Amino acid sequence: MRREIPLVIVFLFGLFMIVQFFIPHRSFAFLYQEFNNWTIIIGIFTMVIGVGSLITVHYSKIRFKKPGWGYSIVTIVSLCGMSLIGLIGGTENELFLNLYRYGLSPVTSTMFSLLAYFIASAAYRAFRARTVVATLLLISAVVVMLGRVPIGQIITAWLPEWLQLQNIADFLLQTPNVAAKRAIYIGVGLGVAAVSLKIILGIERTWLGGDGGK
Amino acid sequence: MAGNVEMGFWDKLMAIDRRWIYLTIGIVVFIPILLDMTLPVYVTAEVKAVYDRIDALPQGTVVMIPCEYDPATMAELRPMAHALFRHCFAKDLKIVSCALQIEGVTLVKDDLALIAAEYGKTYGVDYVYFGYKPFPAIVILNMGENFRKPFPRDYYGTELDSLPMMKGVVNYSSCALLVNINATSGADYWINYANGRYKAPLALGVTAVSATDYYTFLASGQIFGLMGGLKGAAEYEKLINHNAAATKAMNVQSIAHSVIVVFILIGNIAYFASRKRKKAI
Amino acid sequence: MKKSGFKFLVVLAVSIWLTPFASFAEVISADSAFQSFPPMPIIVTVSDMPNDPGGALIVEWSIPDADSLTLASMNVYQISRSSNPDSEFESITSLVAGSTRYEDSGLEDGKNYYYRIIAFDNDNRLAEGTGGPGVPSGQWFNTGRIPILIMVVLFATTAIGFIVSAKKGYKFYVRPIAGIRAVDDAIGRATEMGRPILYVPGLGTASEVATIAAFTILGRVARKVAEYNTRVIVPNYDPVVMAVCQEVVKGAYTAAGKPDMYDANDVYFVTQDQFPYTAAVNGVMLRQKPATNFYMGMFYAESLVLAETGFISGSIQIAGTDQLVQIPFFVSVCDFVLMGEELYAASAYLSQEPQQLGTLKAQDWGKVLVVVLIIVGMIFSTFGWESFAAWFDVG
Repeated sequence: MRREIPLVIVFLFGLFMIVQFFIPHRSFAFLYQEFNNWTIIIGIFTMVIGVGSLITVHYSKIRFKKPGWGYSIVTIVSLCGMSLIGLIGGTENELFLNLYRYGLSPVTSTMFSLLAYFIASAAYRAFRARTVVATLLLISAVVVMLGRVPIGQIITAWLPEWLQLQNIADFLLQTPNVAAKRAIYIGVGLGVAAVSLKIILGIERTWLGGDGGK
Repeated sequence: MAGNVEMGFWDKLMAIDRRWIYLTIGIVVFIPILLDMTLPVYVTAEVKAVYDRIDALPQGTVVMIPCEYDPATMAELRPMAHALFRHCFAKDLKIVSCALQIEGVTLVKDDLALIAAEYGKTYGVDYVYFGYKPFPAIVILNMGENFRKPFPRDYYGTELDSLPMMKGVVNYSSCALLVNINATSGADYWINYANGRYKAPLALGVTAVSATDYYTFLASGQIFGLMGGLKGAAEYEKLINHNAAATKAMNVQSIAHSVIVVFILIGNIAYFASRKRKKAI
Repeated sequence: MKKSGFKFLVVLAVSIWLTPFASFAEVISADSAFQSFPPMPIIVTVSDMPNDPGGALIVEWSIPDADSLTLASMNVYQISRSSNPDSEFESITSLVAGSTRYEDSGLEDGKNYYYRIIAFDNDNRLAEGTGGPGVPSGQWFNTGRIPILIMVVLFATTAIGFIVSAKKGYKFYVRPIAGIRAVDDAIGRATEMGRPILYVPGLGTASEVATIAAFTILGRVARKVAEYNTRVIVPNYDPVVMAVCQEVVKGAYTAAGKPDMYDANDVYFVTQDQFPYTAAVNGVMLRQKPATNFYMGMFYAESLVLAETGFISGSIQIAGTDQLVQIPFFVSVCDFVLMGEELYAASAYLSQEPQQLGTLKAQDWGKVLVVVLIIVGMIFSTFGWESFAAWFDVG
């Protein structure tokens, strides 16, 4: 029964979601809205499980002085500190906002900035003209990289319009890119439909855990 | 002997410590910031479409500009948001905004207030900020019925009906258009629900990487305009004749892209030279 | 006497001549210039909004007697509503000139509504009309979505048909997917090196198909890991995903007969913030130096940061995502990449179950159908027959 009940629930709710898409009547719209509200509420409560897991893992590291346990202290202090400051002072109090603006915000921006370095090293290492297809990819990458910045316009300004880098870059983005993306979207869409059907019919059961629900 | 040293050089170049590449990028990104130069920015049709549509709106029209960026993506999307806010306020349009990404709630609020103050705009009369609610798909769907469904109150806790600007502003159909500035794949929800179900005229401002995904929607007419990354922001700044962060950043981006292209060329030259040596052996 | 008499006659004649103009001048006063002319009729039709939950009506109007000049002079339409044509109408909105349609909502189902439309030119009432009754009601079927219903039924029927065929023993060919075949080798490598395996299930929620596909591959990886006595570390972005991953890994260890090997601290929640999560995972990579990294699920801008850090720490990397924009980053850094549908097909590929393979085949035939429709649509549109493409325009 432990496995059958979730499968029945998934089947019934999955079927309802399909059916309600075709029935605009108020009663079905109301139920759809209610189920969406339940999703929000359940999702928020799962955060409790997540925070519990985080504290358990890091407390265990601190208690047994596992490698990196100092960082675990920082994690727990930050978690509890920000939560208490926000709960007691509200999210508009100066301390909370300053911790966000001058602590979290620069740290997050810095992590994103690492991409600039990583893309350079990845491009240097991986963009090799090993085959004809790889060469085409390389040329497209160079054209778009230069065409999307002012320097591309400057260095090819003397050429006819159709040979200028920014126009070639625009063409690549608006034609081959769109065609390829559309094709992949169609495939992905069918894949999503197939997996959803498998889940509703109970064919796909890995989400149940325990060796795929077998 | 001289030939062996020359071939060894290419092998060493291919296996160069990546920290030299990081250092070069660091220098190349830093120096243009110190220089006072402005490279010309050419405007693309998809950005001009957004500008033209907003520019044609009469005074007092309500425009919705929901923003979903966070500290990580604000470098690309904040200049875009600023340019849009400036354009709307300069034309005395009224802005309705929200932030459906929790990390950016305070950022968007601060940005809106900052630009509004520049133009002497009053909260509640010229602009309203709803704030954040979780599960963007559901919020976007509900806003199509009535903004008050997911947001009975604004970010500051004031009832929407008590705000002068919100009288008669019910849902997307009360807004002349929507321009969603989005760092996430949540832009898909705006396309599917706001435009697909409620037929709201929609334009997107996204990161440069994500922009390639949304050209398909531009081509199909589901969005009427698209601004991609810092370049899109720089184009919009040019159109409103207010060069700011994005225009300055184009200098950095131009040089950084050029250096990466040089790295790629060097890498390929080293690769072919090394391959030639191995074949000779 | 004669001169004054002549003058009197002239004045009298002029007065008589001017009299009609005078009376006409009385008629033409600034305030009442057009009120003496009745307003033109507006034909107003009120109908129920189709394919809606109820409570909405469509009001449409036309002014057949007005020429283009008159229409251009109208600058606002005032719309009023009442539930009784003889009682007072309540003004509900004003629309700019040129409008011919208004959608009214928030009404009561089953009740009669009448609408009056008045066209104004500044203060002058140029045209007026009343229409109704319209009765709002909700529909039980959205006729605009019939094409979608047909496709859903077709797809489901095809999938069920293939499943039934597969159950009867029909063998379907599935092309080899390098990334999935490499999973076992990658796990073996980790065992030989005595280093753990890192499995990143992505930044999606448990309701996303890519994440569900990640659960399937995790189940496979966890089973192998249990058999080889290797450790698997699964840092999670979403608490619900964490809960499912814990069940999957625990179940896999139990199925392998080694339930005591399962360590709940190895499948844990990190944070629901993108780059802090990335920083935490990077820290695991640089400290624990896993032999193999799996990135399966939904990834965004952090994909290159994760993959490059994994490359620096010397791991073999197998990635799978349906985020098209991130695939190039994974391709340039990882050893194997499952792109888009290949990730969804992993479940069928690994289990080789008839039901799974049947739906995979249905997907393939679905694509064939789409290609056929595209070609047909292209031909029709080329010849100007737009109705075919219009049929697929659903609300």
